[in-house]
Amino acid sequence: MIEIDHLTKVYGSATAVDDVTLTAQSGTITAIVGTSGSGKTTLLRMINRLEEPTSGEVRINGETTTDVKPYVLRRRIGYAIQGHGLFPHHTVGRNIGAVPRLLGWPREKIRARVDELLDLFSLDPAEFRDRYPAELSGGQQQRVGVARALASRPDLLLMDEPFGALDPIIRARAQDDLRRIQRTLGSTIMLVTHDMEEAIRLGDHVAVMDGGRLVQYAPPAEIVARPATPFVADMVGDVDRPLRLLSLIPAAEVAEDGAAEGEALPRNASLRDALSACLRTGREAVPVQREEGGPGRATLAAIRARAELPE
Amino acid sequence: MRIGTFLRPALVLLLLALVLRPDWFVPLFAPLAPVGGPVIYARSSLLSLSLSHLGLVAAATAAATLIAVSLAILVTRPAGAAFRPLSRTITNMGQTFPPVAVLALAVPALGFGAGPTLVALFLYGLLPIFENSVAALTSLPPATMEAARGMGLNRRQRLWQVELPLALPVMLTGIRLSAVISLGTATIGSTVAARTLGEVIIAGLLTSNTAYVLQGGLIVGLFAVLIYDALVQLEKRLSRQTSS
Ligand SMILES: Nc1ncnc2c1ncn2[C@@H]1O[C@H](COP(=O)(O)OP(=O)(O)OP(=O)(O)O)[C@@H](O)[C@H]1O
Ligand SMILES: [Mg+2]
Repeated sequence: MIEIDHLTKVYGSATAVDDVTLTAQSGTITAIVGTSGSGKTTLLRMINRLEEPTSGEVRINGETTTDVKPYVLRRRIGYAIQGHGLFPHHTVGRNIGAVPRLLGWPREKIRARVDELLDLFSLDPAEFRDRYPAELSGGQQQRVGVARALASRPDLLLMDEPFGALDPIIRARAQDDLRRIQRTLGSTIMLVTHDMEEAIRLGDHVAVMDGGRLVQYAPPAEIVARPATPFVADMVGDVDRPLRLLSLIPAAEVAEDGAAEGEALPRNASLRDALSACLRTGREAVPVQREEGGPGRATLAAIRARAELPE
Repeated sequence: MRIGTFLRPALVLLLLALVLRPDWFVPLFAPLAPVGGPVIYARSSLLSLSLSHLGLVAAATAAATLIAVSLAILVTRPAGAAFRPLSRTITNMGQTFPPVAVLALAVPALGFGAGPTLVALFLYGLLPIFENSVAALTSLPPATMEAARGMGLNRRQRLWQVELPLALPVMLTGIRLSAVISLGTATIGSTVAARTLGEVIIAGLLTSNTAYVLQGGLIVGLFAVLIYDALVQLEKRLSRQTSS
């Protein structure tokens, strides 16, 4: 559990982070989202003490971060920085193995871990392990940066716009990969992004920052359905809000008994997928698979009912 | 590059011949020597003069590197930043003070021989190494340094594993400049009885023997060119990896 307790950072006359308090549960992803200069990076850097807060404190599983030496604290926390920050004089393999080496892992174990991570990020180990960062594309460098942060399997991961340099297709895949890795390892992730779409997609909770203040901290569905301020509504994108909301609801949730023509949607489909299928085929309902009770159907009327936003 | 592959071995061979087999060059230098006078410098072997010359330069450059780099590391730490202007002033003085004057002042204290020359070369060589090291250590890629801190490297580990390796190519440039300046400057050491190739040149000047001057000058020049080239190659190899 990460407890951020009245954290404030003042630079001269400017307040970069203004009295932020939030609690993130272990094993969840918290997406910190906001416009440029809203204090996201500063907030993140205060968690592993790259920046000392002006006031307030951070507790990790109940333990105040100031109780240990900063570099000891940082070895336990994975950190993928904004703009990869790879060591240009080390190979990809050495970069990824940096923290395990610091922690004194045996050589063989490090090597296996490096290859495992390269595989995980769709980089062929034989081809990439011995290259230097300058010999990679921007997107590849960024993936290596994220792999490096994951290398020692830290319980807590801080990621600052880890997918910023990726094209939409690779980005979506990297997000899915991250989600999968996080689910299997049960790690806690604090992820900074300026992309609300990404925050909604990845976050169990979304923290919206504006001018150093935390303006809303809630699960994605609530952020979309009930934005706390006009700024949050603006970030979500007023026009797309109904669709965003539908994408967060599993189709099985509105499924009723009954049959419908056409091919059934996969089990993890969202209402947005169901709507899309209805529109594409021109039907009033689509068949959906349910966990229990056998196949059912999602009707346009039911989908529409769920897309309505409270005024 | 292609020129280098032929020129480099040719220059090495020429240098070896000049040092080890000076007799071969008698026909070439004879027209420059005074009529009936000696053509090839024979008072001491050119090999031993060369080795002693190179030894002096190497010792002075090594000492200058050690002090200048240590000083640069010190003043680029937060605790030492206050000393940066002062150490700049000192190393700058080392360079503006003419080596001849250093020799003159050092002789009463250290006597004739290699001592005063070492001191002069050392002082003269500090500045380029110091300036380059400070520049290299203060212009490291910020994202890389942030990542190094963020993953939990402590100060010492950051210095040895990240800062120094990344700064090395630019530091080497400073060492190269310093070494080449020293190679030339060492010749004046012979005025205070240090054994250097300057002995040949000075003997030529004293006896109006242009052949001597040319021999001494050629050997020093070839050493300078070849050492310069070797260090450039080394820097290139090192910075190929680190440039992003
Ligand atoms: N070391 C510093 N000294 C002074 N001001 C700073 C410093 N670091 C950050 N700031 C200021 O604090 C504010 C928040 O910066 P921060 O880097 O946290 O923003 P961000 O939300 O991460 O922005 P971006 O999306 O552009 O990365 C900015 O106005 C910035 O100028
Ligand atoms: Mg930022």
